[in-house]
Amino acid sequence: MAKKTYQAGVKEYRETYWDPNYTPKETDILACFKVTPQEGVPREEAAAAVCAESSTGTWTTVWTDLLTDLDHYKGRAYRIEDVPGDDSCFYAFVAYPMDLFEEGSVVNVFTSLVGNVFGFKAIRALRLEDVRFPIAYVMTCGGPPNGIQVERDKMNKYGRSLLGCTIKPKLGLSAKNYGRAVYECLRGGLDFTKDDENVNSQPFMRWRNRFEFVMEAIHKAQAETGERKGHYLNVTAPTPEEMYERAEFAKELGAPIIMHDYLTGGFCANTGLANWCRKNGMLLHIHRAMHAVLDRNPHHGIHFRVLTKALRLSGGDHLHSGTVVGKLEGDRHATLGWIDIMRDKFIPEDRSRGIIFDQDWGSMPGVFPVASGGIHVWHMPALVSIFGDDAVLQFGGGTLGHPWGNAAGAAANRVALEACIEARNQGAQLEKEGKEILTNAAKHSPELKMAMETWKEIKFEFDTVDKLDVAHK
Amino acid sequence: MSEMQDYRSSLSDPKSRKFETFSYLPEMTQDNIYKQVKYLVSKGWNPAIEHSEPEQAFNHFWYMWKLPMFGEADVDKILAEADACHKAHPNHHIRLVGYDNYKQSQGTAMVIYRGPIKV
Repeated sequence: MAKKTYQAGVKEYRETYWDPNYTPKETDILACFKVTPQEGVPREEAAAAVCAESSTGTWTTVWTDLLTDLDHYKGRAYRIEDVPGDDSCFYAFVAYPMDLFEEGSVVNVFTSLVGNVFGFKAIRALRLEDVRFPIAYVMTCGGPPNGIQVERDKMNKYGRSLLGCTIKPKLGLSAKNYGRAVYECLRGGLDFTKDDENVNSQPFMRWRNRFEFVMEAIHKAQAETGERKGHYLNVTAPTPEEMYERAEFAKELGAPIIMHDYLTGGFCANTGLANWCRKNGMLLHIHRAMHAVLDRNPHHGIHFRVLTKALRLSGGDHLHSGTVVGKLEGDRHATLGWIDIMRDKFIPEDRSRGIIFDQDWGSMPGVFPVASGGIHVWHMPALVSIFGDDAVLQFGGGTLGHPWGNAAGAAANRVALEACIEARNQGAQLEKEGKEILTNAAKHSPELKMAMETWKEIKFEFDTVDKLDVAHK
Repeated sequence: MSEMQDYRSSLSDPKSRKFETFSYLPEMTQDNIYKQVKYLVSKGWNPAIEHSEPEQAFNHFWYMWKLPMFGEADVDKILAEADACHKAHPNHHIRLVGYDNYKQSQGTAMVIYRGPIKV
C-alpha cells in the first residue's frame, strides 16, 4: 500500500476526483450531471468539484482523510461530454461506490447526490440528468408495494388502460357532496376517482368524514355496475403518525387504494407508507406536487426521470407522468422515456429519449403511469396510442364538465376508451383514424356524442420549456 | 346542444351490470369476436374460455371451460371452443381470456357472449 503523508491546505479537486481512466464498476451508482460552470473554471475542475462535494470531499485537506481508505470511498468524475445544442454547459459523469449509501435509503442517496453540491459557488447551475442504480442497490429497496400485475388481478382490469378522475372543485366541498361526486363518476364507468392533492383534512372536510362517505359511494357503485372500483384516499398528513392513522382507517373501511404526495410528504414518509401498504395489501397512488419546481428548469434541478427512479425505489403503484397531449408540460420522447422507467424491467440507454444509462430493475414490480391534466375524449386515441394498456388515464374536467353530469361524462370516457382499444386490437392506426373511431362509437352512446360536441375545439399547444438536449443550432 | 339526458343506471335494473373490458360497447358480432381472438393470438398469449352466471360475475373466479388452450394459435379452433361453451351454457356470460405467462397475469379478458342478466 502506498504511503501517504499529510499536507494541510487547499488542493485542486481534479487532483483527487477527476479520473478519466476509471472504468465504472457494476456496483457503482452512476450519475450524469449537467454542469454550468462559473466563467474561467475548467470543465475537469468543475466536474471534479461536483463529484467531491457530492461524495467524500470537502474544500480543504483534513488529516482524518488519512484514517480511511479514500480510494475505496471517494466518488470519481470519469467522463465529460458536450451537451448537444448548448455550449454554456456540459455533462459530467460521476461514479459513486455503493458503500457510500445506506441500503434501501432513497433519502440517503439523494442527500448526497443533490445535497450541498447544488449551492456550490464554482458552478452557476447544476442539474441531475440521470442516475444508474446498480441492481445490487435496487435489491435493497422495497419498491412498489403491489405493482402493475397485482393491481390488475386485484381490481380485475385486463386488456385496457384504467380510467380515473380527480374530484373537483378541489377545495371547499363537504364530505357528503364530495362522496356524491365520487359515486356519480364510478357508476358511470370509471375505475377510480382521486382526491385532489390539495385535499388533506381541512376545516371544510375532515378526512374521516370524507373516507366514510367515499367508501359508501364505492360500495354502491360496485353493486350497481358489478365492477371493482376504488378512490385514492389521500393520507398525506402533517406528521407520519397522522398519515398512518388515516391509512389504518382506510384499511378498516375496506378501501382498496390510498394516496400520498411523495415530494411534499418526503421520501422518508413515502418509503414508510409503501412498506405499510405492502404489509396491509393496500394499493398506493403517488402524486408529485412540487416536481416542476425541481425538474422544469433545463439547467438546474433534478430531471423527472430521476424523480421517477426515486419513486420506483421508494415505493408506489401509480405515479403521475404527464400526458404529452394535455395542459401540463411534457416533451413526448422524454415522457416515453420515463414511462418506460416506471414500467419496464430493463431500460437501455437511449439518448433520443434522454435516457443516459442502462437501468436494470431485476424483479422489482412496475409502476402504473398516470396521465392526468387537461385531457378529454378527443385525446383518447392519442393517449391509448402513447401509453398503451398499462396506464391510468385521468379525466378531471373531462368527466365532471360533461353537460349531463359526472356519470354521463364517465360513460363517455369509458365508451371512447373501449372503442379505441377495440380498434387498436383490430389493427387500426389510432392517431390517424381517431376521429372515425370516436364518431362510430358515439352512434350508440349519446353521452360520448355530447362530450365530443362539448370539447371539440379545446387544444393546448404551447411550446415545451424543458426540451431534450438535441442540436438545434 | 341537445336536451339534458338522465343517466339510466340502478340497482334494480339488470342492464346496469357491466363486466369490464368492452362491456360499454354493443355486444360483439362474430366478425368482431374473430378479430379479437386474432389479436390475442398475435400477442402470443394462451387463450382460455371461462363462464359464469351473470349474477355471479363479480367473483374473480369463473368456471373454467376445460383447460386453457396452451399454444393454440388457430383462431377457428379457439372460436369453436367458445361456441361449444356458449351452447352448453346459453344463459351464462362467456369470457375469452389471454394468459400472458411472461407477465404472469392476463393480457386481456373480455366477455364475448352475454347471458341474460337477472336481478
